[in-house]
Amino acid sequence: MVHVYPQTKSATVNPLKSSQPLGAALAFLGVEGAVPLFHGSQGCTSFALVLCVRHFKETVPLQTTAMDELATVVGGAGHLEEAILNLKERANPRLIGICTTALAETRSEDFARQIANIKMMRAEESGTEIVLANTPDFDGALEEGWSKAVAAMIERITRRGQQARRSKKATVIERIREPGEQPLKPKKLAILPGWHLTVADIEHLREMVESFGLKPVILPDLSGSLDGTVPDRWMPVTYGGTSVEDIQELGTAVQCIGVGEHMRRPAELLQKLTGVPYILFQSLTGVRNVDRFVSLLSEISGVPVPAKIHRCRSQLQDALLDGHLHFAGKKIAIAAEPDQLYQLATFFTGLGAEIVAAVTTTGTSEILQKVPAESIQIGDLGDFEKLAGGADLLVTHSHGRQAAERLGIPLLRVGFPAFDRLGSQHKLTILYRGTRDMIFEAANIFQANQHTPSPEMVDALRKRSNAG
Amino acid sequence: MSSLSAKIQDIFVEPACEKNRRKDAGARKKGCSKPQTPGAAAGGCAFDGAKVVLQPITDVAHLVHGPLACEGNSWDNRGTASSGPTLWRTSFTTDLTELDIIMGQSERKLFHALRQIKEAYAPPAIFVYATCVTELIGDDIQAVCKRAAEKFGLPVVPINAPGFVGSKNLGNKLAGEALLDHVIGTIEPDDVGPHDINILGEFNLSGEYWLIRPLLDRLGVRVRACIPGDARYREVACSHRARAAMLVCSTALINLARKMEERWQIPFFEGSFYGIAATSEALRRIAELLVKRGADAQILDRTDTLIAEEEAIAWKRLEVYRPRLKGKRVLINSGGVKSWSLVHALMEIGMEIVGTSVKKSTAGDKERIKQVLKDDHRMFESMAPRELYTMLSEHKADIMLSGGRTQFIALKAKTPWLDINQERHHPYAGYDGMVELVRQIDLAIHNPIWSEVREPAPWEIDSHAEEQPSAHTLTEAAGVAPSKTRRHDVGDFAEC
Ligand code: SF4
Repeated sequence: MVHVYPQTKSATVNPLKSSQPLGAALAFLGVEGAVPLFHGSQGCTSFALVLCVRHFKETVPLQTTAMDELATVVGGAGHLEEAILNLKERANPRLIGICTTALAETRSEDFARQIANIKMMRAEESGTEIVLANTPDFDGALEEGWSKAVAAMIERITRRGQQARRSKKATVIERIREPGEQPLKPKKLAILPGWHLTVADIEHLREMVESFGLKPVILPDLSGSLDGTVPDRWMPVTYGGTSVEDIQELGTAVQCIGVGEHMRRPAELLQKLTGVPYILFQSLTGVRNVDRFVSLLSEISGVPVPAKIHRCRSQLQDALLDGHLHFAGKKIAIAAEPDQLYQLATFFTGLGAEIVAAVTTTGTSEILQKVPAESIQIGDLGDFEKLAGGADLLVTHSHGRQAAERLGIPLLRVGFPAFDRLGSQHKLTILYRGTRDMIFEAANIFQANQHTPSPEMVDALRKRSNAG
Repeated sequence: MSSLSAKIQDIFVEPACEKNRRKDAGARKKGCSKPQTPGAAAGGCAFDGAKVVLQPITDVAHLVHGPLACEGNSWDNRGTASSGPTLWRTSFTTDLTELDIIMGQSERKLFHALRQIKEAYAPPAIFVYATCVTELIGDDIQAVCKRAAEKFGLPVVPINAPGFVGSKNLGNKLAGEALLDHVIGTIEPDDVGPHDINILGEFNLSGEYWLIRPLLDRLGVRVRACIPGDARYREVACSHRARAAMLVCSTALINLARKMEERWQIPFFEGSFYGIAATSEALRRIAELLVKRGADAQILDRTDTLIAEEEAIAWKRLEVYRPRLKGKRVLINSGGVKSWSLVHALMEIGMEIVGTSVKKSTAGDKERIKQVLKDDHRMFESMAPRELYTMLSEHKADIMLSGGRTQFIALKAKTPWLDINQERHHPYAGYDGMVELVRQIDLAIHNPIWSEVREPAPWEIDSHAEEQPSAHTLTEAAGVAPSKTRRHDVGDFAEC
């Protein structure tokens, strides 16, 4: 049983969290032709925008309803409406993803009704989906925001009850198919990745699924919009990602796969609305998890596992053989949101390392009980710094740099934000290849920080105090 | 709230602000910040502005009272530097939860947070920042600060600039007001001298204040307080005993400068350390002001000698770049570093200014830019991203100097770019800073990557010529034409 310690301090010292609306905005950024819209005062948007730009090194479309002092008193409905209409006129997006901030939520207005009113009044302006995620900053962090936004998109956009129709049609077609005829349309797989998957992860996931002759529909898909390509003209909206049409048709998938515990809610919702069954992978890192995933793909598609994938698996096994020498007995301190904490902690312990400090953002996630650590502290990077003394490696986002400096312990940057390193979105962290890459990255940090043996170091081993 | 509105009104009628002098009484009361357009707004909030100004005070604990976003998404994001304490880089926030708000526990949480910080860090002072939510739920931060100060025996300063009251610029000014109300003049220094000055509005970005300080040292001028760059709480508290002051980023702290003149008779002038001529002018004016306040007139000669020496060295070092940069076209798109003297220096070495933003320039600044440029067509208030992108992708400039927000517009348009705002990595102030800036421009323009990123793949070239109109026409069709009909949103990508 993992002991989860609640936060008892009054002042958060060096926050670990990024805000909930930011998590929702990231999810909306994974849809083609979208603009996330923060409902609140302009400052929150400005901070979120700057942080996203520093992380992705891309221009990021993000707008605000710019509530002013008057709006905080009389209500923000007017600002919300005006913002939607202005966005429509300027950028004509396919989707406007509204993320409410603490300021708007503290007034506890009925946003859903307001949006319905706006939509009705402007019924002629169809062609833009308006999706609302209630994401006050005083609650949750990226996980919650991301998950709520994905659920809200499914709720609002996905057509109901298609699974039934699809399967009927499919059986009919299968029955009348003769040898030599046109092959069937590939089976569709709905994939709902957690926020902690990188652009490279999503691309890799897609290739893997396609190599089984399946058609993946990934929601959200940051690999199309924030992947570091250079568009040839200026875009005021996202220039890639899941299409709104694909979200509408999610119900025609044969199977849904969620990655990360925080995707359970959207996956369940999809199942409820359309009947598409879901399977949840709490992590796609590590041999066993990936084996299970690959077997599933093979089973669904009826296609044997391609040699290429088998090769990746052996490469990973080889990396485990080489890598475990560097990991065994290492003390690791991790600060991350629950699903990422689980992914990383199981990765490190899977190579013989030990988790000496685990800090996370919330106690409500089910996954925490599965984290291979003695205890978990809900808290901030201030707690992390206190707990991590004596570790061999710190694992958290870029804000961990101050702690790393003060403690003199190397830092592996993961998650969001990563503003002081290039290419964080192009790092692989899942499937055989991602696991392999992570082994290399961490092992290289260990090697780079190896101390040459000294009499004192050796002497420490002679003390027999911990022999028993 | 009412005292806050009074404060804001007071700032809006600021007499030293020259924009205000041109308005009538009614227009002044309406304030300087234009209301933001929902869905087409940009720029930070008042809280952002207040924190920008105060956070560089290095030994103070800065505690943000509100839900996570205000601090959680913005901490440790600036390039100001400290020569000692690091406490300013530690982030503190009460991180209010739904429960705190519903149960009305936020004031209590704030008080406990203050105790926690006092006990763990024992700072010389704590600054407490109000935010939108705490203002909306009516927290009396002032009272909590007062009680905590008495109880814990250290200054606890309320910074009342919740985001929704206005722009970043308004926040800058509210920060100045907080210093006037609670900090400046609270400690009497025992070492006043005839050559003491304050420098207001210098942020020590990338340590550039340290390029200026040796110049002042050589003149025998002592900086009583540089606010806020690399400042200590005590220095700010003692700053009312300076003899003269220089105001650097004029829009940000003008109220502070003027009120310090009013209360403590510290005369000030507005100047800049960006560019060679501006630096010389600033040094000269510091010396003149000090002499006026009774310092020995010899300092004037010392200043002239130093200026002559330093200018000669700088121009000589810049000569190297003249052949490399002659005729290169610069677009300056920044509200931060934008003085006429930067334009002047770049033109002096043969560069051409194709445009410069004057959004935050004073009328005097604009006038001088006009003189240097010899026309005002190339001055613009601000440019919408699409417009900017079009201009750059058509190669109408060889380099853009701007801030991080427009960085990727330039880079995606495959145009050399140099950061001259808060996140820059190189100090550009003073004589040596100017040389460094030009060196960086040279490095950016002549980087070998440009031909490689601009060339299409070899297999694309032939088919392109046959089947499609040229890339240029494509851009025209996609980018330029619609932009002409598009409404321009002032401030789309505005920045400080
Ligand atoms: S606008 Fe208000 S809530 Fe948003 S960051 Fe600024 S102070 Fe915080």
